[in-house]
Amino acid sequence: MSDAALHRARAERRTRRLLLAPSMLILIFAASGPLLIVLIYSFLTPGAYGGVEWEFSAQAWFNVVAERDFFTEELTFADAHLSVFWRSFKLSLITCILCLIVGFPTAYFIATRPAGKRDMWMLLIMIPFWTNLLIRTFAIMELIRNEGTVNTILIGLGIIDEPIQLLFTEFAILVGMTYVYLPLMILPIYASMERLDFNLVEAGYDLYATRLQVLRKVIFPLVKPGVVAGSILVFVPCLGAYVTPRVLGGGTQLMLGNLIELQFGQLRNWPLGAALSLTLLVVVMVALIFYVRAVGKEETGHGH
Amino acid sequence: MATRGFNVRKQTGFTAIAVLCFAMLYLPIILLVAYSFNAGESIAVWEGFSWRWYVSAWQNETVQDATIRSVIIATCASLIATSAAVLAALATTRVKPWRGQTVAFALINQPLMVPEIVTAVALLIFFAMIKVWTGYTGLWYLIIAHSAFCIPFAYMPIRARLQGMDLSLEQAGADLYGTPFKVFRHITLPQLFPGILAGAMLAFVISLDDVVITEFVKSAGQDTLPTYMLGQLRRVITPEINAISTALLAVSVLMVTAFFFLNRTRK
Repeated sequence: MSDAALHRARAERRTRRLLLAPSMLILIFAASGPLLIVLIYSFLTPGAYGGVEWEFSAQAWFNVVAERDFFTEELTFADAHLSVFWRSFKLSLITCILCLIVGFPTAYFIATRPAGKRDMWMLLIMIPFWTNLLIRTFAIMELIRNEGTVNTILIGLGIIDEPIQLLFTEFAILVGMTYVYLPLMILPIYASMERLDFNLVEAGYDLYATRLQVLRKVIFPLVKPGVVAGSILVFVPCLGAYVTPRVLGGGTQLMLGNLIELQFGQLRNWPLGAALSLTLLVVVMVALIFYVRAVGKEETGHGH
Repeated sequence: MATRGFNVRKQTGFTAIAVLCFAMLYLPIILLVAYSFNAGESIAVWEGFSWRWYVSAWQNETVQDATIRSVIIATCASLIATSAAVLAALATTRVKPWRGQTVAFALINQPLMVPEIVTAVALLIFFAMIKVWTGYTGLWYLIIAHSAFCIPFAYMPIRARLQGMDLSLEQAGADLYGTPFKVFRHITLPQLFPGILAGAMLAFVISLDDVVITEFVKSAGQDTLPTYMLGQLRRVITPEINAISTALLAVSVLMVTAFFFLNRTRK
């Protein structure tokens, strides 16, 4: 390389560093750096009034899955934690499936509208998506509370005599999360569906495939990357959901996010809270790696 | 070619589900907005139209404080995040691939990957330490935290616009002995402007709507509108919350619609 080229490369590198510096500094200071501190905290001893004692301990990690009886030294599974883990996993998975059942046909519907109208339909999906999560959760709460619209209508119609307890149940969280995260399923499926070549669908019908066969063997494989992306986009925030289970679960139906908050708030066990946070982070990262693998393969497979 | 007399673009039942889906998305919001105009105390029994809850929210000093705080934080955070994102987008689009680029991308996208509750407790721990060391408990913790998670949202439309831009004008500018800064100022920036505006608006909405990180980072007496609303949920709910929600909703809808059209003019 000539001197001039070398000089130019160096100047380019300097400019690049200068340009990246502000964003990197902010992100390291207020996103990545603090995560490292969480890791350190998960290996410390809890302080008496929250906070930590600077003394190494692996107790927090141990307590994520097991607990030792204070008197008998007997080891048992931490049932309380495990049931929260299980609820988070179960509700996230069912939410994902519900979003898929509603989202797939909706994305198909939008993708089959005339080209000029599709943008308008997408805007209609995007508006609720960008509406404050708390407001949307709150809207669901008003709908299903004891004096809420659903119960009022059901009583008015004479179907029930007394309001059904819908709020503060797992059902409420499920409805809330499906409502809140539905657009995250529709957006990527629509993106895949928009590129779908409908001549292939027609060819399928011409070869005497039934509707179900065309759907299963032609359409679904072609839009699978969008379905995988949507499922991950719904599943991941559901696992870490905090606002929706807090408002609709009413402090009894805890999910992982609420359990973490509980450790930092009322229970004042910061190391355990830190260990639980990192457990959640690891699960999410595994899901994301799975997603990158799955979508990566699909995309090269179909030459998108 | 409709071989068997039907449209291949139609699947039995799909349209019905789609219609149901749109109804489901909007019905709760519409009800929420409607009851913000209810004359009575109830959020389920309609007693006639009235502005009283808007008036009462407007005159509520706690709500006033929270609104001012929300706007200050969202304005500062979106300005900081957008400036940083413009620079970062320039550094990641106009150059050859370089070592460390993946790290830069990972950092920029980190707020989207890591669950918000995890970021929130991480910031709680970290800022608690700094608060003890420095004694400073002002709004800047919130502004910096909001800036960080707004960066990816500001970055995306700006980067997309930079990538979609015609490079020949910039090259012509450089050929005519324009310095890099002059080329940026007179050629790149005007073309990039809709992208910057779109990014800034997304960042503003994202900051305005944040509950989780604000709830964990804020010091005593630093409620924003969303954290104030979350706190109110424990008490008796009046349509006042609906009125505040509706106002906040109107801001988001305006911003997002504007963003949508700004982003579309690119084509």
